[in-house]
Amino acid sequence: MRVDIFLLIILMAAAIWTVMTRSLLRSAIGLALSSVILAMLMYRLGAKLAAVVELSVCAGLIPVIFVSTISLTEPLTHKEVLQQMKQRLRRFYALPIMVIALGIILSLLRFPPPVTGISAEGIKDAPSVLWNLRQIDLLGQVVIILCGVFGVVILLKEEFKQ
Amino acid sequence: MNLFWLYCLFIILLFFSGLYCIFFTYNLIRALIGFELLIKAVTLLLVLAGNTNHQLALAQGYVLTLIVIEVAIIAVAVGIVIGLHQHHQSLDTRQLRQLKG
Repeated sequence: MRVDIFLLIILMAAAIWTVMTRSLLRSAIGLALSSVILAMLMYRLGAKLAAVVELSVCAGLIPVIFVSTISLTEPLTHKEVLQQMKQRLRRFYALPIMVIALGIILSLLRFPPPVTGISAEGIKDAPSVLWNLRQIDLLGQVVIILCGVFGVVILLKEEFKQ
Repeated sequence: MNLFWLYCLFIILLFFSGLYCIFFTYNLIRALIGFELLIKAVTLLLVLAGNTNHQLALAQGYVLTLIVIEVAIIAVAVGIVIGLHQHHQSLDTRQLRQLKG
């Protein structure tokens, strides 16, 4: 339990750092760090297959996409960054205070015990769910990936023509 | 407070951080990063629900679907952001007031 609490606190700290940091690049790195910690939590909860996919896709692929985007778009000059820094701090300084206050308020509330023991037959492991129960979903996922790929190709087509 | 509600508490806080980021930023890339934080909170909630109900296999199936959809959405959104930057030379949402492509 202590490890879970420690990981949850680090996850929250990484999320706040991701939101509050000035540099977009650091923000993308913070997001990757959040994904790594989330994968560790998922592994501790027993979702090993999902943890591996989270680690490889969300901590590996998505930060690369973000870093590529940041490098393709013009970063701000040092002067502009300094000008915007005060404004940014003014907008985001409330986040840690609000998170701590919300955490304290929610932890004071008394919740009922969670509902457990809903039975489902024929479900043994994740691959059997995916290949036996959710074949149509898999087809849908393939279509979604293709839509994503073609969407990016169409959006960037104009640049290739130029 | 047991571990289930502790996880729920941190999931709510994570969701709140992502929502705050989306509401208070003017940068499109940072808004996408906030959206990612929202999805991470939902992912953790799905796994926690599966763990609590002893249906981790089903929860993992949902999480895999969620990750696939997340990657596709981010890829398309990033393409839109790059396209907008090419047209307007800016990622500030205050300067993007025209809906022409």
